[in-house]
Amino acid sequence: MAHARLERSAQINGWLFIAPALVLLGLFLIYPILWSLWMSFQVGKGLNFHFGGFANIVRLTGDPVFIRALTNTCIFFFVQVPIMITLALLFAVALNDATLKLRGLLRTAIFLPCVTSLVAYSVLFKSMFAVDGVVNNALMFLHIIDSPIGWISDPFWAKVLIILAITWRWTGYNMVFYLAALQNIDPSIHESARIDGVPPWARFVYLTIPMLKPVILFTTVISTIGTLQLFDEPYNITLGGPSDATLTLSYYIYRLTFVFMPSYGYSATVSYVIVVIVAILSFLQFWIARDRRPRPKR
Amino acid sequence: MSWRLVRRSIVYVLLSIAAFVSVFPFYWMIVGATNKSALIVRGKADFGDNLFANAAAFFKLVDVPQVFWNSTEISVIATIATLAVSSTAGYGFEIFRSPIRERLFSFMLLLLTIPFAAIMVPLFSMVARAHLTNTFAAIILPTVASIFIIFYFRQATKAFPGELRDAARVDGLKEWQIFLFIYVPVMRSTYAAATIIVFLLNWNNYLWPLIVLQTNENKTVTLVVSTLLSAYVPDYGATLFATVLATLPTLIIFFALQRQFVAGLTGGVK
Repeated sequence: MAHARLERSAQINGWLFIAPALVLLGLFLIYPILWSLWMSFQVGKGLNFHFGGFANIVRLTGDPVFIRALTNTCIFFFVQVPIMITLALLFAVALNDATLKLRGLLRTAIFLPCVTSLVAYSVLFKSMFAVDGVVNNALMFLHIIDSPIGWISDPFWAKVLIILAITWRWTGYNMVFYLAALQNIDPSIHESARIDGVPPWARFVYLTIPMLKPVILFTTVISTIGTLQLFDEPYNITLGGPSDATLTLSYYIYRLTFVFMPSYGYSATVSYVIVVIVAILSFLQFWIARDRRPRPKR
Repeated sequence: MSWRLVRRSIVYVLLSIAAFVSVFPFYWMIVGATNKSALIVRGKADFGDNLFANAAAFFKLVDVPQVFWNSTEISVIATIATLAVSSTAGYGFEIFRSPIRERLFSFMLLLLTIPFAAIMVPLFSMVARAHLTNTFAAIILPTVASIFIIFYFRQATKAFPGELRDAARVDGLKEWQIFLFIYVPVMRSTYAAATIIVFLLNWNNYLWPLIVLQTNENKTVTLVVSTLLSAYVPDYGATLFATVLATLPTLIIFFALQRQFVAGLTGGVK
């Protein structure tokens, strides 16, 4: 009897404690995402719309601006995420060495960029990368380049600038995850491998990386979501230009909804493209990182 | 031995370059706040004498106290509300288990992958229909139930000693009393870390306030900095001065509470 009453009370409390969060998530996440799905089958401008079947998806395939935004977003993703994850891993492994001098200082310095807001660091990058700005001056002083690079006016270099900016802002952030995970690894494993004569690179590839796999997976998924919804940096540094060279999908949705005559149905369709890509990429990342060894039976 | 030394030197050189690249923009920001706009875009990298003129320009263009008050008000209310709602949910999911709620929880983690861009249009339309455009409520409400923070608290709750709960139950405390009077004080370092992270997220939030807030007297610090930057010929002196002011609170929080800060960022994955 008493046990049944306890069980019932746990059930009631279980729902009560999570109820406020569930209601808010339903209202501000589930409802909008379903609304978005329904809207993506509507055509029309402003509040004047009707069911259009797959018309929006057909429109996507013939929309050069969408294709460009999609291509740019994919370029940012495929170039930036691997560079950043690799750098963050290398820094973390280097900084995990307890014999390293000035370790705390170096770690703090590399982590520092992620306290800035996305807008604040956009200001810094836009002003540093001006044509006659400090970065071009330094590169010319070092004879790396002969004439100033048009970081903001050249379609290629504008993309490079955005990639540099994001890498600056997020490498330290990812590094901290790896450092935390490295601290949980038993040092005796590395020690015995070292005594057995395993070279450092092999210890990195065959010991460190596999042990960090869950964290690498987590940061990769987080970075994927972040990169696919890139908005603040292109909006503030390059305004999506020159000639849409840094236009991203999020930025295009923003333009479709809040800059031009709003076309809610079509922008909802574009937003679902992001959802589908994130879903596919996350699935792929989990699939690649899955445990391939057969699990021992307990 | 000498090979070891070479390797060590390479590590030092690379880390020093990384540290320099990471810190230089902060130096640039502070130096820039003291220089004239025309000199900044020509790459002047030492201190100038234009600090007060830049500050004056910024205060003339923007109602600075109002804007900082807006950011503070939004961030503080949002942080308190987010912690209240999301920590109770994280606690609830971990302490009272049932198969249905476990499935709900996994489903929520899947929702974590939904990008904001996918919901911002319907959200805006909801806000408009509820006549909440240009209000702080519209900024705060959608952020309060944070899946990330719920997950963070659920993970942290695993370390909450069960004996404490059992003892409190024997003493006849109700479940909400156990939560409020025992769990919250015991988990204060978890709350501290979550406070920092939620506060900064709100302080730095950009896209959603950009969409919702439309009048100048309601704008946040981040929006104002962005507006200064988007002028046809931006006054970089004033803009960098504004950036220093906007970044100062986050820098102070970072250096004062560095340990909790890092714990807050990584706590969810341990």
